[in-house]
Amino acid sequence: MAKITYHTHDNKTHTIDVQNGLTVMEGAVQNDIPGIDADCGGGMACATCHVYVKEDWFDKLPIKEDGEEDMLDMAYEPKQNSRLSCQLIVSDELDGLEVTIPEKQA
Amino acid sequence: MNKTDVLIIGAGPTGLFCAHQLGIIGLQCEIVDNLDKAGGQCIELYPDKPIYDIPAVPECTGEELTNNLLKQIKPFNVKFHLNERVEELKKVEKRWHVKTSGNQKFDVAAIIIAGGVGSFEPRKFPIKECEKFEGSSLFYSIKDKTIFKDKTISIFGGGDSALDWAIELSNTSKVNLIHRRDGFSGAESSVQKVKELNDQGKLNLYTKYQMESVSGDNQIGSVKIKHDEGETKELQSDYVLGFFGLIMQLGPILNWGLNINKKTVEVNTENFETNVDGIFAIGDICSYPGKLKLILSGFHEGALAARGCFKYARPDEKLRFEFTTTSKAAQERLGVKK
Repeated sequence: MAKITYHTHDNKTHTIDVQNGLTVMEGAVQNDIPGIDADCGGGMACATCHVYVKEDWFDKLPIKEDGEEDMLDMAYEPKQNSRLSCQLIVSDELDGLEVTIPEKQA
Repeated sequence: MNKTDVLIIGAGPTGLFCAHQLGIIGLQCEIVDNLDKAGGQCIELYPDKPIYDIPAVPECTGEELTNNLLKQIKPFNVKFHLNERVEELKKVEKRWHVKTSGNQKFDVAAIIIAGGVGSFEPRKFPIKECEKFEGSSLFYSIKDKTIFKDKTISIFGGGDSALDWAIELSNTSKVNLIHRRDGFSGAESSVQKVKELNDQGKLNLYTKYQMESVSGDNQIGSVKIKHDEGETKELQSDYVLGFFGLIMQLGPILNWGLNINKKTVEVNTENFETNVDGIFAIGDICSYPGKLKLILSGFHEGALAARGCFKYARPDEKLRFEFTTTSKAAQERLGVKK
């Protein structure tokens, strides 16, 4: 279990306990957090679960697999700290992770 | 006006198999899709990726699945209307009148929405001013490349479309190619070609830059780009092209009075009809308790929705349940020669 904080475009903050093994995307979808549509269901095929990871967390996350960076080309306003939340699998190590959902995605 | 029994919206696997099920019970249908080919997400998102959960097909690609479905519905001569998006529905007595983006008109007894996660639309620049120039000097696809001759074009993106057009247009235009990182998702050979052209001064490549703003009066005059490190450059440009792939949007479906829940359409599980009589929804776009977004679920939903359409298309007839193995009528419709 890890506490994940999602900052949404309406300037709200949602802190949620997400089970280990779920993805950061699934944590958002199951809790109706706006802005993460995950159209492709976690298949790394759509970039609608794009998030910005809080700077001090970025280097602690598992590195991007092939294809994630390609898909981020398709995301709205990708930045250095962009990730696809469907590729971030929750574990105890991610406790306290904070992500921000891009405004245009909502 | 195209008059037929049923209009299917969406030519993905679910829509295609539903056309088969309509054909088997003797109903005519036509299919509209916003893409330029049949196959839906299977073709657009993963034509080469294997699928392992089609019953009795241990492994196939999205493209193979699409081709086999097209082969399976061949006997029914289903008419396709591609590159068309359904815009308007209107109930006229007991029929539905439908209008598409290309001004095609249909008169049908029932409508089956098999629209996946919506229609594929080009993903656009996030910058607001871009809207002002869209269609005149800023484009997300190219219809007539001759307008670019001897002009300065700034192309954004790192996939195949961006690379291919940069290479092609560099023959007749001054091309700037701008991409947000050093890596490209397009074919390696195209990446090499772009780098060669850049070295030879035949195009200008700017990596780790993204659009900051566009300016101009009626036409674009210049575009400002910003490096990851913060430095900006102003590029004189007559045209701007953005190739960021496709995004899926529900679009006009939202306006048809259907019960929508999180970008999906609510249906019953008896015949997959929506809250509006004569409009059905199947595949990824429909929702009901226990819904799975699997192709095989879409096939089941299509079989039931097809039968649900029967009462609208043939109000005076009764539908009898038959197997294709033994039904003479079904075999005739399939063109089986004995």
